[in-house]
Amino acid sequence: MLGASLKRLWHKLGSPRWFFSLTTRWVTFFGWSAAVLLLWGAIWGLAYAPADYQQGNSFRIMYVHVPAAMLAQSLYIGMGVAGFIGLVWRMKLTDVAISACLPLGMVITALALFSGSVWGRPTWVSWWEWDGRTVSTLVLFFLYVGIYALREAIAEAKLRARASALIAMVGTVNIPIIKYSVEWWNTLHQPASFGLTQKPAMPSEMWLPLLVMVLGFYCFAGFIVLLRMRSEILQREMNARWVGDWITGRGAP
Amino acid sequence: MNPKRKQRLYLTLFLLLVAGGVTALLIQISGENMNMFYPPADVVAGEAPVGETLRAGGMVQEGSVVRSTQDLGVTFVLTDHQCADFVVQYTGILPDLFREGQGILVEGQLNAAGVFNATEVLAKHDENYMPPELMDLQGMEPPATPKAAMPGYPSAQRKADRAMDSTYDS
Repeated sequence: MLGASLKRLWHKLGSPRWFFSLTTRWVTFFGWSAAVLLLWGAIWGLAYAPADYQQGNSFRIMYVHVPAAMLAQSLYIGMGVAGFIGLVWRMKLTDVAISACLPLGMVITALALFSGSVWGRPTWVSWWEWDGRTVSTLVLFFLYVGIYALREAIAEAKLRARASALIAMVGTVNIPIIKYSVEWWNTLHQPASFGLTQKPAMPSEMWLPLLVMVLGFYCFAGFIVLLRMRSEILQREMNARWVGDWITGRGAP
Repeated sequence: MNPKRKQRLYLTLFLLLVAGGVTALLIQISGENMNMFYPPADVVAGEAPVGETLRAGGMVQEGSVVRSTQDLGVTFVLTDHQCADFVVQYTGILPDLFREGQGILVEGQLNAAGVFNATEVLAKHDENYMPPELMDLQGMEPPATPKAAMPGYPSAQRKADRAMDSTYDS
């Protein structure tokens, strides 16, 4: 029973039209959640959370740096999974997903690197140090840039989809390297203080705002990615009947 | 699943496996080179090259910091709190987070006498954050539980220690 309905869902996922009509409300939901959570988390983290006993106020950069770094990796994993499905099942939607995650992931990775640099200056007394964590994150940024450049360079849609799916998928080997770099090697970067599988290494008045910021970043990503996917679907399907019907108000998608 | 798709699935999985395997091997081969600095044990054991620019890391030994009265010169001992330590000489401005018990990275050269002449001092902070009031409540010294930040300290050990002395929720 469950297997059959899962299979049906899987086949539906291949339909851009189905996805378009499904996500109409989600965009609004993610957009408002992101606005509320980011505002709430930023005010809480930057103004009300206590300062750190060693670093003082500079530790507050964490409230941008940690969610940015987490999201940068999650978006890449999303692209890798989409790439894998795209290569095997040749779904149209996966290439739409890759094209939507790509620019956001690139910007968020840049934000993670930049905020880390700004944080490194007062604590490490250095804008940049070549350790395992920073280098693997820089590689992540180059992967994003590389796939972006590749997509710009290939005009033929099928080839573009296949090439970017392949690189997105293979590039996911970098994700465990980023995650475990601080445990495998001696790095200047500290180990993780916050994650799904561990107790946060700080009291709740410090990590609760961080949790709100992380959720806010993910909702923001949901908002941007869905928005971009929907406009990409409209562009690709512009000659389809349902798009015409929807635009002229004659029917729902 | 139709046979063509199945073939693509196997091919893709194989590709992923190869990419993962190659990366794992590369990491295995590069091994030591991926480390950013030498821990005190390696410096003392003579594994760090003498006269070459390199980085070393350790904890600043409590009570070892001696500041010059004439200039910005300072000497201190970097230790792993276990078996190894070495002397560092440095002239310049120290990072704000520099204090006894703090994890520190030094860049410079090791001389034949085993003294490290640092040209740069970087502060390494740990993954624990805490408001100062909470610190006072527990009557702790500010440079508390430096173990967690100890460079080269095995992470499993680090986690076990953290669980044991659970700094703030006792």
